[in-house]
Amino acid sequence: MTDSKYFTTTKKGEIFELKAELNSDKKEKKKEAVKKVIASMTVGKDVSALFPDVVNCMQTDNLELKKLVYLYLMNYAKSQPDMAIMAVNTFVKDCEDPNPLIRALAVRTMGCIRVDKITEYLCEPLRKCLKDEDPYVRKTAAVCVAKLHDINAQLVEDQGFLDTLKDLISDSNPMVVANAVAALSEIAESHPNSNLLDLNPQTINKLLTALNECTEWGQIFILDCLANYTPRDDRESQSICERVTPRLSHANSAVVLSAVKVLMKFMEMLPKDLDYYGTLLKKLAPPLVTLLSAEPELQYVALRNINLIVQRRPEILKHEMKVFFVKYNDPIYVKLEKLDIMIRLASQANIAQVLAELKEYATEVDVDFVRKAVRAIGRCAIKVEQSAERCVSTLLDLIQTKVNYVVQEAIVVIKDIFRKYPNKYESVIATLCENLDSLDEPEARAAMIWIVGEYAERIDNADELLESFLEGFHDESTQVQLQLLTAIVKLFLKKPTETQELVQQVLSLATQDSDNPDLRDRGYIYWRLLSTDPVAAKEVVLAEKPLISEETDLIEPTLLEELICHIGTLASVYHKPPSAFVEGSRGVQHKRLPGSAGSGESVDSPDPASAAGVTEAPPAVIPSQGDLLGDLLNLDLTPPTATGPPPAPSSGMQLGAMDLLGGGLDSLMGDESEPLGGDIGGSAAMGAGFGAAPAAMPASFNAPVSGGLDDLFDLGGSVGMPMGAYSPPKTVWLPAMKAKGLEISGTFARRAGVIQMEMTLTNKAMSVMTDFAIQFNRNSFGLAPAGPLQVLTPLSPNQSIEVSLPLSTVGPVMKMEPLTNLQVAVKNNIDVFYFSCQYPISMLFVEDGKMERQVFLATWKDIPNDNESQFQIKDCHLNSDAASNKLQGSNVFTIAKRTVEGQDMLYQSTKLTNGIWVLAELRVQAGNPNYTVSLKCRAPEVSQCVFQSYEAMLKN
Amino acid sequence: MIHSLFLVNASGDIFLEKHWKSVVSRSVCDYFFEAQERATEPENVPPVIPTPHHYLISVLRHRIYFVAVIQSEVPPLFVIEFLHRVVDTFQDYFGVCTEAAIKDNVVVVYELLEEMLDNGFPLATESNILKELIKPPTILRTMVNTITGLTNVGEQLPTGQLSVVPWRRTGVKYTNNEAYFDVVEEIDAIIDKSGSTITAEIQGVIDACVKLTGMPDLTLSFMNPRLLDDVSFHPCVRFKRWEAERILSFIPPDGNFRLLSYHVSSQNLVAIPVYVKHNITFREGSSQGRFDLTLGPKQTMGKAVESVLVSSQLPRGVLNANLNPSQGTYTFDPVTKLLSWDVGKINPQKLPSLKGTMSLQAGASKPDENPTINIQFKIQQMAISGLKVNRLDMYGEKYKPFKGIKYMTKAGKFQVRT
Repeated sequence: MTDSKYFTTTKKGEIFELKAELNSDKKEKKKEAVKKVIASMTVGKDVSALFPDVVNCMQTDNLELKKLVYLYLMNYAKSQPDMAIMAVNTFVKDCEDPNPLIRALAVRTMGCIRVDKITEYLCEPLRKCLKDEDPYVRKTAAVCVAKLHDINAQLVEDQGFLDTLKDLISDSNPMVVANAVAALSEIAESHPNSNLLDLNPQTINKLLTALNECTEWGQIFILDCLANYTPRDDRESQSICERVTPRLSHANSAVVLSAVKVLMKFMEMLPKDLDYYGTLLKKLAPPLVTLLSAEPELQYVALRNINLIVQRRPEILKHEMKVFFVKYNDPIYVKLEKLDIMIRLASQANIAQVLAELKEYATEVDVDFVRKAVRAIGRCAIKVEQSAERCVSTLLDLIQTKVNYVVQEAIVVIKDIFRKYPNKYESVIATLCENLDSLDEPEARAAMIWIVGEYAERIDNADELLESFLEGFHDESTQVQLQLLTAIVKLFLKKPTETQELVQQVLSLATQDSDNPDLRDRGYIYWRLLSTDPVAAKEVVLAEKPLISEETDLIEPTLLEELICHIGTLASVYHKPPSAFVEGSRGVQHKRLPGSAGSGESVDSPDPASAAGVTEAPPAVIPSQGDLLGDLLNLDLTPPTATGPPPAPSSGMQLGAMDLLGGGLDSLMGDESEPLGGDIGGSAAMGAGFGAAPAAMPASFNAPVSGGLDDLFDLGGSVGMPMGAYSPPKTVWLPAMKAKGLEISGTFARRAGVIQMEMTLTNKAMSVMTDFAIQFNRNSFGLAPAGPLQVLTPLSPNQSIEVSLPLSTVGPVMKMEPLTNLQVAVKNNIDVFYFSCQYPISMLFVEDGKMERQVFLATWKDIPNDNESQFQIKDCHLNSDAASNKLQGSNVFTIAKRTVEGQDMLYQSTKLTNGIWVLAELRVQAGNPNYTVSLKCRAPEVSQCVFQSYEAMLKN
Repeated sequence: MIHSLFLVNASGDIFLEKHWKSVVSRSVCDYFFEAQERATEPENVPPVIPTPHHYLISVLRHRIYFVAVIQSEVPPLFVIEFLHRVVDTFQDYFGVCTEAAIKDNVVVVYELLEEMLDNGFPLATESNILKELIKPPTILRTMVNTITGLTNVGEQLPTGQLSVVPWRRTGVKYTNNEAYFDVVEEIDAIIDKSGSTITAEIQGVIDACVKLTGMPDLTLSFMNPRLLDDVSFHPCVRFKRWEAERILSFIPPDGNFRLLSYHVSSQNLVAIPVYVKHNITFREGSSQGRFDLTLGPKQTMGKAVESVLVSSQLPRGVLNANLNPSQGTYTFDPVTKLLSWDVGKINPQKLPSLKGTMSLQAGASKPDENPTINIQFKIQQMAISGLKVNRLDMYGEKYKPFKGIKYMTKAGKFQVRT
């Protein structure tokens, strides 16, 4: 007989019948009845009406019956809270049972009953169970604390359960340790700033000991916890790695991946010349390969993580290309991931193999996969220069197959190859043109049109080809229309005599018959350019294009670093930082890879402050496809105050034309209604309009605000003269190679209450740079340029200029990660460049940040203790007065000072530009170079930044 | 941690749900069903699906989707591993893991799930321990229970759970003490058109069935342990001893378990035990295609290649196949276009072949894709990697156990491109 019999009674009086059976005297009948109830429950039937009858069965010696009743209780107690109280007595009694299995079961079940009234009764039994003599009960109780915390966090804290839980980390039984760690980790997730898992070398040692002896699941919890620790030095790092490595041979893939995470993170601290470093690298490859022979779901997660690992440390898997070859019956999600990794691992050594495989894939059945395979061939060509020729011929072979989507995909990637290796493979254009008619996807059509326009001079019938597209102009997608417009203008500039009619046709189609503003704008720009000065037009439209590189599909380095710290998590599957998507994780702490010991990192910045924190993060170069880009592109690059182009008459027409593309177009567009058509070659009216632009420039430029160290601050205190605001040394924000020769290094300073962005612009290119403009993306504190970027003279090659840009804090606000991140776009006559930098938060400390003593006291008490965070500042050799002086220079005001047992306590207040107050207690002990700072703030997210500023200000 | 579990059958019905924390409405599975609809094949449903408030992590086994719901950041591998463990446990308990078996044993299933996970934390997943807590249903036991009123649930604390060897229960007694080890190797390979190996690797396991009284301490040594450079061990294996001496030293769990799995990578030379000669052609303009396939053994060290099964997904344009096997039987499904040929044993003197014609849709152009041929086979008494066990010794107990070792090689994903 099987359990299916429990499902068969579906007649009307079912509940009634069950009720009678539950109240039967016969044990056997009772148990059968409870089973029937449970079976109904599992398929979603409502049997809550039987609550009192089922609870009556709870007091029994029969363990199975008891468990079944518990199952029922967990499901329905929430909907019947008053009745659930009836069960409390039995629970409390069971917690005293001589059998540890019953004790554990009782405390476990009680924790699952999510009813407030019951949780009060749970505290005493739970406290006993946490100290139970039997480890099985203790480990069950540890998890129960997490359950209770989920229901009533305050209760758990008030009852001191968290401390008991912390004590359990030192328990003699490894399973208890593992569960305590798991419970604490879960609780810590909802309290990101609490130091629940206070990791120090002693606790780490305990965890590592428990790691060897606990179950596989416990190992995962412990390894994930270890990954949050930052070792003190490379020796500690190595010893942890040594003790974690055996986990790589575990049968459970989750254990393996968590171990990989710990190793990948701690490896950063090992010197690269160490023998052990090489050994470790070798040890990492086999377990990763093994993950790929597991079930497809496991493979998928493993592959997403391997994708990160090969970007960070390609050397680990460089010889393992073959394991990523696709089997034809792999699920599609595995195929696509494998393909991506194959490209990342592609190198000159293995490119022949990879290409042969990709070509094979391009003949498969699955369309998505085939497309991606064709694209992959293009990416290989761009990545491995030596292979480009072979890739192109492979693509041509594929075009010969005439399979429609293969041809289209191939044309899209060939366009990219042209952009990487100009003037090399144009011989294939003829073949491409043969397939013109079969292209029906916008992307492929746009790519083909681009090719025809770009190489119009080599295609005899380019005009005919483009004209054929023009016939259905209005039915094309915007992408194709824009491409077509540009291509025809290019064609005209190359062969002006034959194509005059064509260009007029497309311009009028774009400007008069189109509803799309982008298309219209582009049409007008070309029109005016052509009519004003064809020479300038040529320079603009046919300008040399930047080469594309394979870096575009790499993950941005800082994000990659963070993701490496999150290997094995959902973040690593989605390649997004955890803060971006996990619900309920308020202010997730950003994780960073630890810096390597003794590496040449600080060579270019000898200043100790740069290592200390403020400038710790190298400015990240934003890849062109980041989501930031969209944001920045939507901004009008030239702020309204700088509509006029700078006075640079020497550079003449070309500059004017450039400016037309950037800014003050609107003013010129007033006479939009009368088409300036036909007479290309410069109408007088147009010329005048054009010339008027410089005249419209604002008459007076504000003189750059002078840096004012000598500016007096409102001292208002008893502590001597301040020494001026701290400003970090300049760092390179935008390297020349990323910005076509423009190098920007800079820093931030606060002078006379004004935040200044101080930059050095260096022209490392061969041509003159002009027309600078700057714009910020939305940021945490609403920083925005208060005026235009003042570069008065054109910047000649090899010239540097110092610029000081005053900033206001009234711009649009958006929370950034990290908080003080600022994303900037700078434009010049060559292009628009994007970079991001971080400003020290001390720039935002305002001058009136001194709080009244009473207010300070009240506020300090008022802010909940949760918001307090404590930091250590090491090796600071100032006495308390000097420190106070130094901080005051940066608008950190000392309100009071107290001396207790030779320890000076400074109470300080600071106000940020957006009105956030930060209160601080700085403890300085004479003769001890280590300060302790406790920060309290209503917005605890800023604490970390403020602390970093403290450290930077004090050490400078 | 894991919030809830839904079991979904092939037709998209939720037939079981279990919640470990608060109840999550089953409507959350709608996101899963959407993904299921988008996927062309059942196995193409992505394993991780985001929804506005939850994440769904699923595995597909025995045509049942096991969908776990999680709410916070949880390692996905942890969830997937756990789900596989659930399936293994069901299979262990009920013999098969089907919708019918689960429904027939729904109360045991619930008891198991409750025992395996507490508030989303894994509690007891070792089969030895679970079986002490909850007895697997057997016809005999059900009858005995109904007569005597005993229950399926153990009254005692499972002793193993707290000892230093949590995987072994204490007080084990057998009249016949025996220890069997099976070395099973699966060969995964991709062979290209011309017959040369593109990639080949071996996934090996050593499965054990140990029924020994008391607390035996075993050591197992190999003739050629160098082959094993990429291994995953059962937690019972002492890792240090392996690192130092390349000897497997362990106190075994009671009953069946996987002692280790290993991987011989594509960088080592892997022997390929069979070869395929094929000629599958379509001619432009003709409505017929030729099909010609011959199998033969190679590098088998004289052992017979058995249970050979050839299958191939023919192009969509193929209407029917008219073939003539020299041995065995073949089927062609005109709907799925799956050709499968049950060959049986390969006789090296008379190689099996399958020849004939395929009919195509009249007037259709010749198919673009080339079919891939999938081959399954078994070779008894041989481990293709050459791995050999040297000896097995037992310490800690006085009796003399019966020992046995068996080798077998199977095809894993063995594919030949045409």
